[in-house]
Amino acid sequence: MTLDQIAEAPTSGVRNDGSEVTVRLRVNGRDHRVTVDPRTSLLDLLREHLALTGAKKGCDHGQCGACTVHLDGRRVVSCLTPAVQASERQVTTIEGLASSDGRLHPMQQAFIDHDALQCGYCTPGQIMSAVACVQEGHADSIERIREYMSGNLCRCGAYVGIVAAIQDAAAKMRRA
Amino acid sequence: MQPFTYTRAETTADAVHAVVAGGPGTRFLAGGTTLYDLMKLNVERPSKVVDVTALDGLDEIDTGGAELVFGALARMSDVAAHPLIVAEYPALSESLWRAASQQLRNMATLGGNLLQRTRCAYFRGGEPFACNKRKPGSGCAAQEGINRGHALLGGSDACIAVYPGDFAIALVALDAQIEVLGPNGERTLRVEDLHREPGQTPEIETTLGHGELILRIRVPKSPLGRASTYHKIRDRESYAFALASAAVALDMEGDTVRAARVAIGGLATRPWRARMAEQSLIGKTLTPQIAREAGDLALQGAKPGRDNEFRIELGARTVADALMIARQRA
Ligand SMILES: Cc1cc2nc3c(=O)[nH]c(=O)nc-3n(C[C@H](O)[C@H](O)[C@H](O)COP(=O)(O)OP(=O)(O)OC[C@H]3O[C@@H](n4cnc5c(N)ncnc54)[C@H](O)[C@@H]3O)c2cc1C
Ligand code: SF4
Ligand code: FES
Ligand code: FES
Repeated sequence: MTLDQIAEAPTSGVRNDGSEVTVRLRVNGRDHRVTVDPRTSLLDLLREHLALTGAKKGCDHGQCGACTVHLDGRRVVSCLTPAVQASERQVTTIEGLASSDGRLHPMQQAFIDHDALQCGYCTPGQIMSAVACVQEGHADSIERIREYMSGNLCRCGAYVGIVAAIQDAAAKMRRA
Repeated sequence: MQPFTYTRAETTADAVHAVVAGGPGTRFLAGGTTLYDLMKLNVERPSKVVDVTALDGLDEIDTGGAELVFGALARMSDVAAHPLIVAEYPALSESLWRAASQQLRNMATLGGNLLQRTRCAYFRGGEPFACNKRKPGSGCAAQEGINRGHALLGGSDACIAVYPGDFAIALVALDAQIEVLGPNGERTLRVEDLHREPGQTPEIETTLGHGELILRIRVPKSPLGRASTYHKIRDRESYAFALASAAVALDMEGDTVRAARVAIGGLATRPWRARMAEQSLIGKTLTPQIAREAGDLALQGAKPGRDNEFRIELGARTVADALMIARQRA
């Protein structure tokens, strides 16, 4: 195969007119403009194009929550969000949670204080989900925290610590 | 994933036109949590997708009139949390918040929810598994395979895939309708008439034609709404599809049932209204035993496979428990 043929082969991703999309989005307060194949997920855009590797790829099928980010302030799984649907919208990832002076978000601090992780792979997704859980008003009891955090799986089984961290941080976030 | 071209529709008429003009390989894209997921598995292979999420006015939740009206683009999480729905139509709210996860509910639309596809592992798994739904004529690996989660009602020798959705079960119980726009204009149909049994053509899942766009869901307001529940039994407490579920709504006069609605989920190839169970309750004092008899009637005709016989008893108990929960709310 010649180089030209390789470039034209369907597996090279971009076929012809209309098969590329330009995505303009604001991530953690910074504006970006990226041209991608429409197959690209928001997760892959963040990790592969913007080098924001905090959001993790666990299952790539919406089942584990490791890729959770906020889209216009609401939590979503970025692996099932086509990147093009994030166009003209605001994304917050785990990298954007701490304040600019480096002080951790109360939820990040609570995860440390309560030992709410072991390997840490699920943690960015847990924390982004947990922050939204509090903001939605779903962190007012242990039962509701469990129900509304059920989309985030933890293979290390750190669930007891995670629930405790959320209860703790919820009180601090409400006071702030 | 196959390459595809992407367009975003500005109006409902443009959306319909784009899908019709694009031919059978063209699909509507809403939240993407079914379609994009299956595209990643190469089970869905559209050559063109038409994004409908930018269409104006289709995300409304209107509870002011004689019917509840939900735009097809309303998100599951928003409808689940709507105060009037929570208070007056708990079966609708529960069928939504007991489905998927909050992240997915923030993405998924009501229209896409109705049209979600089966979770049958042989369908999702792709080659080398035989699957008539994915590849017509190839056979059905589930018949002799692992069929613990497969349908007991409404199946055929060609397919026993469960309709996995929760919301449609509650809608069917409450006599909901959908408005659709197609190349020949608008029409209205009952949600109960939306899904088909597989018969010999399991690849045809609904009665919608190519290019028909769901615009709205309409639920008649009814005193049955308040004494209702969506009871869902799963392998784990939360975040799983139903092994058995029941949407139940009651109109009570004291202890006596004046009217009842029963639909079951997780057990059949389509949302399954259990009219014999409903009839059996009318004029009766609702006791656990009467409720259990209604549960047995709801499962009448169930045909178990190798691994799923336990779900007949489970289904009957789910209906019975749902009736007693709804009774408490009357
Ligand atoms: C991990 C996981 C767990 C889940 N658990 C549950 C569960 O427990 N219970 C449950 O009920 N569901 C569950 N779901 C399914 C989820 O609810 C559906 O995927 C979702 O509701 C689909 O909506 P969507 O907007 O994302 O649809 P899309 O994926 O965008 O579309 C789905 C289909 O509908 C078509 N379509 C979309 N909108 C319209 C319209 N307006 N008119 C005509 N056609 C249209 C599309 O062409 C496509 O074929 C789960 C999904 C995942 C990934
Ligand atoms: S049950 Fe239906 S979806 Fe599953 S393998 Fe058989 S034909 Fe395919
Ligand atoms: S990687 Fe997105 S949910 Fe698992
Ligand atoms: S800490 Fe290891 S997966 Fe959660």
